[in-house]
Formats: sequence, structure tokens, C-alpha cells
Amino acid sequence: MRRDVQKNLLLHGGVLVALFALQFVLPAYHHGNVARIMVLATYAMGYNLLFGYVDLLSLGHAVFFAAGLYGMGIAVSHLGVSAPLGLMIGVLAGGVVGAIIGALALRTEGVAFMIVTLMFAQAGYLIILYFGEITRGDEGFVIQQVDRLFFGGDLSDPFIRYYAAFTVFCISFLSILALLHSPFGKTLIAIRENQERAVMLGYNVMRFKLLAVIFSAALSALAGATYGLLFGYVGASFASVQYSIFPLLWVLLGGAGTALGPLVGVFFMFYLIDISSGMTTAYMLVAGVVLVGLTLFAPQGLMGEIRRRFWRWLP
Amino acid sequence: MDFGPYLMLATLEGAVTAAVLALTASGLALVFGIMRVVNVAHGEFFMLGAVLAWWVTDLMGATPVLGFAIALVVVPLMVAALATFADMTILKRINYDPERTIVATIGILYILQQVTLMTYGPDARPVTAPFNTRLALPWFERTEDGISLYWPWGLSITSYKLAVIGAAGGVLLGLWAVMKRSRLGLMMRATEQDREMALAFGIPVERIYALVFGMGAGLAALAAVLVVPIQQAHYLMGGDPLLLSFIVVIIGGLGSLPGTVLAALLIGLSDGIISVFFSPTLAKILATLLVAMLLVFRPQGMFGERRL
Repeated sequence: MRRDVQKNLLLHGGVLVALFALQFVLPAYHHGNVARIMVLATYAMGYNLLFGYVDLLSLGHAVFFAAGLYGMGIAVSHLGVSAPLGLMIGVLAGGVVGAIIGALALRTEGVAFMIVTLMFAQAGYLIILYFGEITRGDEGFVIQQVDRLFFGGDLSDPFIRYYAAFTVFCISFLSILALLHSPFGKTLIAIRENQERAVMLGYNVMRFKLLAVIFSAALSALAGATYGLLFGYVGASFASVQYSIFPLLWVLLGGAGTALGPLVGVFFMFYLIDISSGMTTAYMLVAGVVLVGLTLFAPQGLMGEIRRRFWRWLP
Repeated sequence: MDFGPYLMLATLEGAVTAAVLALTASGLALVFGIMRVVNVAHGEFFMLGAVLAWWVTDLMGATPVLGFAIALVVVPLMVAALATFADMTILKRINYDPERTIVATIGILYILQQVTLMTYGPDARPVTAPFNTRLALPWFERTEDGISLYWPWGLSITSYKLAVIGAAGGVLLGLWAVMKRSRLGLMMRATEQDREMALAFGIPVERIYALVFGMGAGLAALAAVLVVPIQQAHYLMGGDPLLLSFIVVIIGGLGSLPGTVLAALLIGLSDGIISVFFSPTLAKILATLLVAMLLVFRPQGMFGERRL
């Protein structure tokens, strides 16, 4: 048991150190990519919190990502709020949207939950298009460089951007690990394993699930707001169905219910799509093939398979 | 145009939408009703129907009418065969687990869509209708000597659109007859009611599943072949039919065929009429939210008894 804790510390600490060190060796193009991957991995971790640890499969997480993105973008660009405050507004917006959708969607289960979340996300996407005068619809809007100052640091500078992405990733990653070891996290896992028993033990399962949805939405929104600040663009495509499918794909590929799965999944998928989009415009074909292949051959994902075969101690 | 003729035109156009939607959605309802799985790739089977219809009529370039007739028969069969293949190679292997099926069909969605993009390309291409006479329609007006008919300018429909409505009605009646009157329909209904019991009575449930999945996709493809002379074939055209079919199947009571047809009429007609008076985006937002709420508060739909 103690040895497992040590191994865990070593592995996860090692991953964080490696991510930090990567910036000194990577060429410019991949340097930007890894910054992007860390932000998207934060989004994937938000998704994994719900899908991996509570076994709630949402098909509408893009609406939370977009709530963060637009909450921050509109506050910063239209209302002249500073970037740090904008970031907080984005996260708050995600939490509120999560609370509303969660309270409604959690009345359903299984397939109905998937379709209801899909429908709410679609409504969110259409609402963004409908208010085209503010959101600029599909075209989106650019966040000016002057608005992207974070306590004096210019987020459009590649190195500061990398640090910012790394910080957000670290905070989210460590909070998730802490959460999983807290009584709250253990209850969530208990609900995943056997909901009836959790109810019988006197847990208010609904409340725990709703809190999980809100946390997951807020984390997704944090990723969205960060993405907008770091890369300076806010657009409706981030609210489309595709961006609800992506986190599912990442988490399935990396391994649902594993701490490192989201990062691994985003990393692989990002470079798979990056390489294939150099060869063909139909790069989403890769996503389709991976999805089908995963459901058929490796429903546990990469880290899940590693845990099953070699490292049983992986969290 | 006055309000009356305007409304009639919107209703006629709505009826065409409703007919096509009823065909597409009944395919989805059939698959959900009997197999208890949600096929997210349904819209792509629709798209494939339209694209293949273009391909067949293009091959038969010299004789467009014959080409269209061939497409009408061959294309749904091709799409059904492809869907049956997908069922046997993918869905059967994951044991029709509801959640994993959704993930797998999302994968199939991207594969079909992107392969179409690679082969057929990003263009929208038209198919000429086999016949397309414009029929002017009369409207009545009140004059001093009672009610008389006149032909308002712009109030017309093409013979092809009327044929689409008729064809859809015919196919749906045929489907109903197969389900209720044939031995095959009996086996399907037995599978729907109790899979294990059907298996125990020697019904080849796996083959029924493959057949039903093929039929569902074939119906979507048939609807697309019918609609492609009105709407062009494009590799991204599967999104709207998928969303609308979902809405229709949910309102109609999951898996109930009469409910599905009724809901398709409701949605198709109101879509035609609403989009004349309101912004289409707003109409879509309201429809989507309404249906989500329906699933949350009344999961058995308006006409059905089953729940997801």
C-alpha cells in the first residue's frame, strides 16, 4: 500500500516535471501544440470526472466549454473586464449552466441522459448563433492582445502561454487527485460501483451527482476560458456537437476513470489528427475509426489497459 | 399573396417535409423499438442514400428517368446491406450494449461522412426529378355572386412533390402491413416484446436484428432518394434529418410507429408554417428545448408507453 503511494507520487510527479521540462526542448510548432494539449486535457479531465468516476455519459459538454469561453470572451471584449476577472466569470458561467442542466438532466438515466444533454448542448449552440450580433456566430471574434494581459504577463507570448497552460493543468490535475482521495470523491466512486448500495447507506445520491456535474462543468469552463485567453479566439464551432464528442473520444482513448487517461488521450488524438490533416481534409475519419476500434477492442482505453495488465495501483 | 393562399402553400411544403421525415424517423423508431439501441449514424445513412442516388443517376446519364427509377430500388438496398454489415461486424460484437452502441455509431457516423468527403467531395450536387410539372392551385374568393375560384400567382406545387407525399404514404402503409400481417413482422414483434423468449421459441434473433438495422437504414436512404431532386446531395446533409428524427421519435413515443408518423406530420407541418413566420434558428431552439424537457418530464413521449 505504501509502496503504491510512492509509485503514484513518482509517476504523476514525473509526468508534471516532464511536461514542465518539455518547453525547453520542443521546437516552436510543437511548443504551441503542447500548450494547447494541456488546456484541452483540462477539458478532458472535467469530462472524466463525470464519465470516469460517476459513470454519467454526457454528449453535451461543449456547452460547458463554450460557457467558459463566451463568459470570459464577452466579459473581456465587450464589458472591458480584466483577464483574471474574466476567467473567473467564465468558470462561474460554466458552473451555473452546469447546475441548471444538471438539475434537469439528472432526472433521466442512461440513454435518455445522453440524448437530453445532447439536446441542451444543441440548444446552447443555436442560442450562440441566434445572438450573432454579440457572439459573431460561426465567424467568432478575436480577443485583442491588450485584453490578454494576466497580472502584467502577456498571454500571447509563447513562453508565458506555456506557463499559463501548465499552471492551469497542474491545478486541475492536483485538485482532481485530491478530490478523488477526499470523502466526496470516494462517495462518487461508491455511487459508480453500486448506486443502490450508496442510497441504502444513506447518501443523497442526487446531491452528489449534481455536485459532480457542477464541478465537471466548471472545470470544462475553466478550460474554455483559458483556451480563449491563451489563443485569443472565441467562436461558435467550440459549442458544436463535435466539441462534445471530442472529450468523450479523448477520455475513452486515454482510459475513463484513470487520472492520467485524459492527458494521454488528448496527446494521442491531437497528434493523430494533426498528422492525418496534413494528408487529407477528411481528418475526422481518424476519430471515427478510433471510436469504433475502442468500443470493439479496448473499452478501457490506453491507461485502463495498462492498469489492467501491468500497474494495478494506478489511480 | 393573401394570407389564405400563403398558409396553403406553407402547408403543402410542410406536407412534403413531413412525408420525408416520417420515412426517415420510422427507420429510427424501428431500430429503437425492436433492438432498443439508438443509432446516431442514422442521418449518415440518409446522406449516403442521397449521394448514391446522385451516383446512380450520373452513371445512367443518358436516361435520367430510368436512372432515377433504378436508384429508387437499388440505393436503399445498397445502404441496407452496408448497415447490416455494420451491425454484424460492430454492434453484434458489443452485444448491443445501449451506451457503447451510441459511441460506436458516433464512430460510424464520422467514418461514413468522411469517406464520402474523400470520394464524393465537398460539393452539393443536384439530381433532376423524373417528372416535374408545375401545377397551379386554385383559391376561392368572395365576389358579389357568391364564392368563386381563382388562381393566385405563386400558389403552385410540382407534380414531383405530390408524388413524394404519395410514395411516402405508400411505403409507410406497406411497412405497417409487413409488421402486422406477415410472418416476418410477427417475428420482429416477438423479438421486440421479449428477446429471450423469442430466442427460446427458435426465432433467429441475431438475424432479425441485422435485418431490422438494415431496414431502418434502408428507410432513411429511401427518404433521401425521394428528397434529392428537391434538395441537393451533400456530405454534411445528415445532421438535420438526424436531429429532426430524434425529435419525432421522442415525441411519438419511443419505438411506436403510428406515434412516429403522427409526430412527423406535426413537426413537418409546423416546421413549414413556423419558419414562414419566425426565424428558423429560434424555431429550432424552441423545438430542441421543448423536446429535451419532454424527455425529462414525460419520458414515455406523447403517444407511447415505453421509456428510454
